[in-house]
Amino acid sequence: MKLLISNGHLIDPQAPENTGMSVLIEDGIVKGWLRNGEAPPEGTEVFDASGLLIAPGFIDLHVHLREPGQEHKETIASGCAAAVAGGWTSVCPMPNTTPVNDNAAITRYMIEQAERAGLANVFPIGAITKSSDGSELAEMGEMKAAGAVAVSDDGRPVPNAGMMRRAMQYAKDFDLPVVDHCEDKSLSSGGVMHEGKVSLLLGLKGMPALAEDLDAVRDIILAKETGSHIHIAHVSTAGAIEAVRRAKNEGVNVTCEVTPHHFTLTDKVVEGYDTNTKMAPPLRSEEHLAAIIEGIKDGTIDAIATDHAPHHADEKALEYDRAPFGITGLETAVGLAFNELVHKGVIGLERLVEMCSANPARIFNLQGRGTLKPGSIADITIIDPQRTWTYRGADSRSKSRNSPFEGWQFTGRAVTTIVGGKIVYQA
Amino acid sequence: MEKPFRRRDLLGIRDLNAAEVRGILDTAENFREINSREIKKVPTLRGKTVINLFFENSTRTRTSFELAAKRLSADAVNISVSSSSVTKGETLVDTALNLDAMDPDCIVVRHGSAGVPHQLAKVSRAAIVNAGDGANEHATQALLDAMTIRDHNGKIEGLKVAIVGDILHSRVARSNIHLLTKLGATVKVAGPGTLVPSDFGHLVESGLTMCPHVEDAIEGADVVMILRIQRERQDSAYFPTLREYSIHYGLTTARLELAKKDAIVLHPGPMNRGIEIASDVADSSRSLILDQVKYGVAVRMAVLYLSTGGSMGSS
Repeated sequence: MKLLISNGHLIDPQAPENTGMSVLIEDGIVKGWLRNGEAPPEGTEVFDASGLLIAPGFIDLHVHLREPGQEHKETIASGCAAAVAGGWTSVCPMPNTTPVNDNAAITRYMIEQAERAGLANVFPIGAITKSSDGSELAEMGEMKAAGAVAVSDDGRPVPNAGMMRRAMQYAKDFDLPVVDHCEDKSLSSGGVMHEGKVSLLLGLKGMPALAEDLDAVRDIILAKETGSHIHIAHVSTAGAIEAVRRAKNEGVNVTCEVTPHHFTLTDKVVEGYDTNTKMAPPLRSEEHLAAIIEGIKDGTIDAIATDHAPHHADEKALEYDRAPFGITGLETAVGLAFNELVHKGVIGLERLVEMCSANPARIFNLQGRGTLKPGSIADITIIDPQRTWTYRGADSRSKSRNSPFEGWQFTGRAVTTIVGGKIVYQA
Repeated sequence: MEKPFRRRDLLGIRDLNAAEVRGILDTAENFREINSREIKKVPTLRGKTVINLFFENSTRTRTSFELAAKRLSADAVNISVSSSSVTKGETLVDTALNLDAMDPDCIVVRHGSAGVPHQLAKVSRAAIVNAGDGANEHATQALLDAMTIRDHNGKIEGLKVAIVGDILHSRVARSNIHLLTKLGATVKVAGPGTLVPSDFGHLVESGLTMCPHVEDAIEGADVVMILRIQRERQDSAYFPTLREYSIHYGLTTARLELAKKDAIVLHPGPMNRGIEIASDVADSSRSLILDQVKYGVAVRMAVLYLSTGGSMGSS
């Protein structure tokens, strides 16, 4: 099957000389580029992308798909449906399933469920330690062989520096990046929002920014010493961003991601006690948001990742103290990136694609992705930058609706998502 | 959800303006006299239903609300949920919706988690009155404190108030700081550094000062408000021992000497005698602790009356 995506605005930071080019796909691979108007080979279907942006498929380095074990919140199929509806062609699920993805059998199961769904690619992240309890290393080599692309204990970050050092040393043997949710729980435990003026005003227990700063600094020092690749998940504090900036200048192998909610909202929105404003790391104050925007601008922050964390409505309909952490994000990410970053002039389209596709592919070593150069895999995100739309949880493809962006209006959305040469979503 | 006409929530002092605070206090003044009558009952709220929904233990506040409702002839139902609703498998919202379906006019709620009244107010048709939510607010406590101060000093504007103790975990402190600064008093707070975070100084725009030592806060004060050490709310130790606390932060006769000669002492209760307040101070003529309790009933009568449709100043 041959498909030509023509007349669109191709954005590929890996191959910038692409003005006026169409992308020819054959058998799931980018066969080559044609000049717009150039006749495609016989039998080619043509997709007219006039007025649209054509980008290498977006890759979300951080999602929770809840399967196996918590299928009432999300399944791999529903999560992948939400992903492609949001323009993501690949998603990397965290291992905090039930049981934890700490072995090859579960890793393989997740990939098989994704293949059955036939929507987005799923690249699982394996656990660092067995059951993510921080005590013994999980079988990273076996998980890698089964398809895992990184290791992390995410929300249960390895508290012990000795164990983290060993994990980095071992993961390096298998070229696995170590992803850390930086939170020193001795400082944040019991907290439900960012510690600061707003938490004091609301009488809610705070999670200080320094809980993230300290863990990020620890990880960077360990990465420097071990020579391993540390990827800081959902960076949210000025201190952690500054630590990454300095470490990059020193040549440490460190990368980091930011979530759309952290580059959009501050802790002010917690007033009103809507539990859909509760997540970890928490929404921070103005000065941290400013540091995030600066980090996005100057390249310190490598990637945008959603930390899509579906929870059932009943689980969120609790006291703020007791409700679980996390919000959905797959379907609102592109809209937020356009509203908050592109339309406000923080970054251009090239940089947006770099943060959503080229860099994520590089960070998790996803060969043949993150670009549309001839020979690469035909994962494509097609965006209408002018399309105005409103997010309604009721229309969501996710099984959960725990979003603080209900009713928000966006300008810019993914209108067609192509995975492996196949159109899997059209708005 | 849009509330039926004239039903109003009291979620916190923070949401009120000075005129509204004064209006509640004036209304309470009008009700005060009922409590000293031979027959302590008026028909004002006849036919109205008040549910006292208490997720946290309380003797004083719950009794005070119950008496307030009964003296106004409302039907009052008390629900004490000692274990959380979650252990029964019901969500907070479901609990609220079920009670609301029985058409109460007002739900008075106390809960250990901040924000619960706000969450209930979003889904209930009944007026929600906050009787204390976590470390957030205790609106009627601040109102009864204000009534006590006003009764003794004739005004609140221009007074110097010291608030001493566990500010971090105190809803009483928050509500009082909002109320007193709105009404033109200046507030100084002090306590152990672990319980008085410096960011607290930003709680209100003006009128609030953070003091490094208890003595600095008490010096020249018209009112000394002592907070309870809430041992049950502290999940880890914020100071080494109660003994050390009482020596360095407790209100003793000697420390009270630093305040104005006629300064009064308030405490929201229940007191830990010999810890945050010395027994001789608590029992002295300066202490208006029982007046606070007394005025609590009048304040709660005013709040129930106003939240179920009454208008300010007239009763």
